[in-house]
Amino acid sequence: MTQRIQDTFTHSRTTGEPCFIAYLCAGDPDFDTSLELCRILVEEGVGLLELGIPFSDPLADGLTNQLAAQRALANGMTADRSFQLVREIRKFAPDLPIIFYTYYNLVFARGEKEYVRLAAEAGLDGLLTLDLPPEEADSLVAACQEQDLANVFIVAPTTPPERYALIGKKASGFIYYVSREGVTGERKDLPTNIAESVQNIRQAIDLPVAVGFGISTRPQFEQVGQVADGVVVGSALVNCIARNEGQPEKMKEALRAKARELLGK
Amino acid sequence: MSSLLFPSSETDGPRFQHPDVTGRFGPYGGMFVPETLVTPLLDLEKAYREVREDPAFQDELALLLKEYAGRPTELYFAERLTKQLGGAKVYFKREDLLHTGAHKINNALGQALLAKRMGKKRIIAETGAGQHGIATASVCAKLGLECVIYMGAEDMRRQSLNVYRMRLCGAEVKGVESGQKTLKEAINEAMRDWVTNVRSTHYILGSALGSHPYPMIVRDFHRVIGRETRAQILEKEGRLPDELVACVGGGSNAIGFFFAFLDDPQVRLTGVEAGGRGIEKGEHAARFEGGKLGILQGCKTYILQNEEGQIDLTHSVSAGLDYAAVGPEHAFYRDQNRIHFASASDEKALHAFRECARVEGIIPALESSHGFAYAIERAKELSSDKILIVNMSGRGDKDVQEAARVMGEL
Repeated sequence: MTQRIQDTFTHSRTTGEPCFIAYLCAGDPDFDTSLELCRILVEEGVGLLELGIPFSDPLADGLTNQLAAQRALANGMTADRSFQLVREIRKFAPDLPIIFYTYYNLVFARGEKEYVRLAAEAGLDGLLTLDLPPEEADSLVAACQEQDLANVFIVAPTTPPERYALIGKKASGFIYYVSREGVTGERKDLPTNIAESVQNIRQAIDLPVAVGFGISTRPQFEQVGQVADGVVVGSALVNCIARNEGQPEKMKEALRAKARELLGK
Repeated sequence: MSSLLFPSSETDGPRFQHPDVTGRFGPYGGMFVPETLVTPLLDLEKAYREVREDPAFQDELALLLKEYAGRPTELYFAERLTKQLGGAKVYFKREDLLHTGAHKINNALGQALLAKRMGKKRIIAETGAGQHGIATASVCAKLGLECVIYMGAEDMRRQSLNVYRMRLCGAEVKGVESGQKTLKEAINEAMRDWVTNVRSTHYILGSALGSHPYPMIVRDFHRVIGRETRAQILEKEGRLPDELVACVGGGSNAIGFFFAFLDDPQVRLTGVEAGGRGIEKGEHAARFEGGKLGILQGCKTYILQNEEGQIDLTHSVSAGLDYAAVGPEHAFYRDQNRIHFASASDEKALHAFRECARVEGIIPALESSHGFAYAIERAKELSSDKILIVNMSGRGDKDVQEAARVMGEL
């Protein structure tokens, strides 16, 4: 439902706090632990949950997310189980917006309409299809509109302002501004021109703008939160799993601590 | 120079309506990439379309192809082999005689010159068998460009000689340890590099696959193979051949070889995929036999994958054919019944590898040996007034060690 996404951004505008968008790989390290980790994020007040759907060839992802996808696939993650995960999360988080961050072949293999129907039925709110630029997205966007699923599109630093209109026409939910050229992963420093870029996007596209790629600490979160509607944190959370492999309790502790740190609790 | 590579009259023909403005060959191809790469790819297409019509660029490239790469390559009549098979006359198009040992240098030279035009000083490339890597490394040395080659760790083992050659030419060779450590993973890693360094870097993709405009660019830089072949066979035989045969991994040597003959329906065009150890999942790389439509690494085409859309493992004795997707233009012409496809097993390819050396004194690359394996059987079926040409896309020096190891096991 696109409404849940709108509500979360309306809420963050009202409170003046940026929307905390948390990324985890669905089924990492396994289905049950993954569900527990999502529950912790909900308890800590995540604003939007972005579930990475593991793919064998994640060419836009850095090593942290590649390994997460490998763990999830090795432990039997499938499309149907990713829908099941959403269904389970819905039981304790009826209002939480949840989107999939996925590669197009996984959607295409099931059939766009069928995939979108199953996703909506499970309670998903949107899709971010990483390797599907707006030029290629007509049929998926139509399928999503039919089921009231949002299509989140990326704007990159290499995107010239001439493309904003095209992206704006296809996008719904929010715009994901990738703050740098590169793959996903933690970075020490942030690029300096984020504020200006976000401003330019807002002028052209009437949607909330979230910023991601490389944000991993509270100071970075605050800095980006001052200029963007949402702040995406991915690899820093996934690393809580990677660094505690085989020890689910420690994973949960680490994830809770990281979420609290990011939110300044 | 008198002959342009792409005389403008030639780029107007019906075959050049593909890819269309959306980068499609019918339903195949396209530009399925992260947003960060869309604009750089559109810029690349624009720059390429400019140089395609630019006589100065074409002259510079033609001179390099002649003096550096060694074009034109011979069309060689394999007389002893023909006698032994007792069927069609067999010719080899000798791309194996090119500098660095394979057809790959045609495209590496073209794209490196294009990169210089675009002001890019850093080059990256993926390589499977190492032939594209060594071609790119050599060209970068010659043109003074920084060069990084991504190569699967398994392929580095299989093709260690080529790794050393690349390093000799000043390239940095980065091993890729993910997945099955072959060509597909090397492309993933090269794309990750490109997405990170796209402003300074040109990615010389080495096969006729990936996102638009690569399938078009790579095809065009290899079209010289077919154009030469056509003129040479007309001169030697006074007529067109009956069949052309080429191996198909991504499909760059094949599309470059076939392109000049697409409008001659009497010439049968046959691409040969890697049949590996058998048709079971994970044991081969015959995309048209076990694959289905999907999207991988920028391109919609036939892909070996499971029902979830996860990409399958592949196997081939030849690193250059060991890849889960096939070039989109091949899928397009297969649908139209214009290019036919067959496959050759590891065993048959190794047999052909040995036969070619024994009978003609020419050691073909293991990739090319797949085409040759099909040609041996096909020539026997055809009468002696027929003409069959095999594209000897690369030489087998790089494979000698691996072939000895594998054949010792057989």
